[in-house]
Amino acid sequence: MFAIILRRLIYAIPIALGVSVVCFSLVYLAPGDPLQTILPADASADTIAFIKHEYGFDRPIPVQFFFWLTRVLQGDFGMSIATRRPVVDEVLGSLSNTAVLATIAVPLAFLIGYSLGVIAGCFPGGWLDKLVTGSAVMGVSLPNYWVGIVLVIIFSVEMMALPATGMGPNGSTAFSLFRWADLQYLILPAITLALVPVGILARSTRASLAEIRNQDFVTTLRAKGLGEGAIVRHMLKNAMPPVLAVMGLQFGYLMGGSILVETVFTWPGSGFVLSKAIINRDIPVLQGSILMLAMIFVATNLVVDLLQAAIDPRIRRA
Amino acid sequence: MMRGLLLASVFAGLAATALPSPAQAQGTVTVAMTAGDLPITTGVPDQGFEGNRFVGLSLYDALTGWDLTHSDRAAVLKPMLATSWEIDPANNKRWIFHLRQGVKFHDGCDFTADDVVWNLNRYTNKDAEGFDTFQFALARAYLTSFAGVSKIDDHTVAIETKTPDSLFPYPLSLINLISRCRAASLKFDWNAYATHPSGTGPYRFVASVPRERMELEPNKEYWDAARRPKQDRLVLIPMPEASTRVAALISGQVNFIEAPPPDSLPRLKSAGMMTITNSYPHNWAYQLNFVNGPFKDVRVRRAANYALNRADMKDMLGGLMEEGYSTVPPATPYFGNPVLYKYDADKATALLKEAGCYPCAITLAISTSGSGQMQPLPMNELVKSQLEAVGFKVDLNVMDWNALLDVGRQGIDKFPKIDGINISRAAPDPFYALIRHVGRSQWAPAGGNWGHYEDAETESLISAVSNEFDDTKRLELLKKLNERMNDQAVMIWVAHDVNPRTLSPKLHGFVQAQSWFQDLTPITVSP
Repeated sequence: MFAIILRRLIYAIPIALGVSVVCFSLVYLAPGDPLQTILPADASADTIAFIKHEYGFDRPIPVQFFFWLTRVLQGDFGMSIATRRPVVDEVLGSLSNTAVLATIAVPLAFLIGYSLGVIAGCFPGGWLDKLVTGSAVMGVSLPNYWVGIVLVIIFSVEMMALPATGMGPNGSTAFSLFRWADLQYLILPAITLALVPVGILARSTRASLAEIRNQDFVTTLRAKGLGEGAIVRHMLKNAMPPVLAVMGLQFGYLMGGSILVETVFTWPGSGFVLSKAIINRDIPVLQGSILMLAMIFVATNLVVDLLQAAIDPRIRRA
Repeated sequence: MMRGLLLASVFAGLAATALPSPAQAQGTVTVAMTAGDLPITTGVPDQGFEGNRFVGLSLYDALTGWDLTHSDRAAVLKPMLATSWEIDPANNKRWIFHLRQGVKFHDGCDFTADDVVWNLNRYTNKDAEGFDTFQFALARAYLTSFAGVSKIDDHTVAIETKTPDSLFPYPLSLINLISRCRAASLKFDWNAYATHPSGTGPYRFVASVPRERMELEPNKEYWDAARRPKQDRLVLIPMPEASTRVAALISGQVNFIEAPPPDSLPRLKSAGMMTITNSYPHNWAYQLNFVNGPFKDVRVRRAANYALNRADMKDMLGGLMEEGYSTVPPATPYFGNPVLYKYDADKATALLKEAGCYPCAITLAISTSGSGQMQPLPMNELVKSQLEAVGFKVDLNVMDWNALLDVGRQGIDKFPKIDGINISRAAPDPFYALIRHVGRSQWAPAGGNWGHYEDAETESLISAVSNEFDDTKRLELLKKLNERMNDQAVMIWVAHDVNPRTLSPKLHGFVQAQSWFQDLTPITVSP
């Protein structure tokens, strides 16, 4: 187990470096100016030159990258150009807000998606299977920001039952999962965000169960006269590893934040911050958040791998 | 799609009055801004003029300001922390400002001439105490002619300009004066100051959550008793997505939204909301390339202006625009009596043929969105179709807002093949409205004259304006300048935005000034 962890951590280093290089290059390939947010639309050439020098943007790009990387290795991600807040605060704050959302959305998606997948997998070809599969396809196909807007129209605008936007009546710093006044702000974005994973998990579970159903050990169990309930329990346990892998990936995606969903609900998460950083060409925030998100993705996959190994002895032996 | 959905929801219908939200306290004005983040609070705010509208003018005052008490006339400059000012009779590059006495910052410190000197220095001088690069960048454009400041006595300062500049008091209205007392106590740590700002403005800072909300409370000791806020609290929320602002207003989360999208207006009306519009100095137009391409010829520029049926554009925007025939709206004091290029397709075609440019191929750089850009894609499509109907052949070069700003800043030297750029501009004062677009000294990248326009008569008028310190005489010169700009068709004028904002019926007392800035202090909130 220790070897698995060590190997994955070593793999993370070139991944982090690669992600940094790619995102640094992409930001500079895009037209526009990272100083746009702080400079008036018709700022003069001398002002632009002065500010570029002050922020270090007049240096060659490889030099900028080198200095940035050196600072990051010392734990200093720099300051946001647009807000002047430390990038670490910006990114960690937004990640924690997204984590709140993902903490609700992922279990919700798992619970519903896995249950639907089991139902479909237990009755292959039946009307229940067709209903679940159709719903799953719909869940995956509908743009979640569109669903978000529809939910806002129904529950916020028409019924006035739930808030349309924001993270609590007093902002994210005062947010509590255990206070209804705050929690109600979470409901619509969490449902919206869970929609895609529900579809994916339902289909993965169903496919996994369908595959296992035809395996020899199931036939053997049935031949030994085991009850259908007990057989399903065995099947579920065997179907779990691939489903867990899918769920881990989904968690990683959700931690990256859904830019569109967070924008629709003005949820101050990582997707929201990332979108603002892209629009403003806020390079330090872009760099910092993409790097941290990549690391979270790697860590999530590591945790999933470990969980899979814990559940399935064959993986441990591999 | 988002706006379309909201439009679709019109058919669903709902109760005419929004239910109160438990989140909203009694007597609170909660504003949904179009900004993507909270404006910075360390002096001159970022987030464009919206930042100054809601944060700058709430927390701070400048030496000069705008009279925002009337909706039926253009806002004019008025005394704020300076009670009066005049040019030094012996030196037309030296302004004397007499300061208001008895004014205190929110931290209790007195406002004196030392604060003015310190503020202007920290905005402009890299070696000054408390210099801040960020604030330098934001203030620089307004202080281009600033040369130096000195204290005459505790309540009088002298400000020198690099050249005679009769318009200097206008940009000073954007230079908010902050408390040196507070900054020094925080050791000039601007991140700390951002969360503990202190000004002389009508509101005091209470708290903020980055990217989410800022809360302000009335400054009950504000020096202008008439402008002491009538509400308990002012909450500012950045909400860049237009349909989200509409939903937040209808659901009662906020009670004041900026820039409702045109297709949401029937829905807002059915919910009992009040949408207010007014003329204001905004210019949605195309700046042109005067060095390369067809727009070198004034006949082609005039043809483009004659080709536009602005009434169609207004109709497309649900009435949310004023037809644009000049750089400033007609209500502007220096509008004058310019030639107006009313829609005349035949004349446009004839001019193109006369200029030998038929069909006349042009490339216009436009953005998909952006501050003040209104509805850039459909508006540009309509312009394209109207131009092509008279003989132009238009290639729209679509880019994102940041990229277009880059084109705008660098000027035609870097982008010679672009014939026009569609960057809407604020026109709050004569320099911003007129001079920066046509002055020889303003050629990009040094200034806002993107297409390198040059004209001897224009230069002569600009010089006369800068050297004329008599308000009445200067006004006449400015009218002539605007008339000259129209005569030469220095832009393709299309629209002036009408500053739409929608308020809950529970808000009362708001007066929409003909200005980029608004006064929120008179607003009361009924239960």
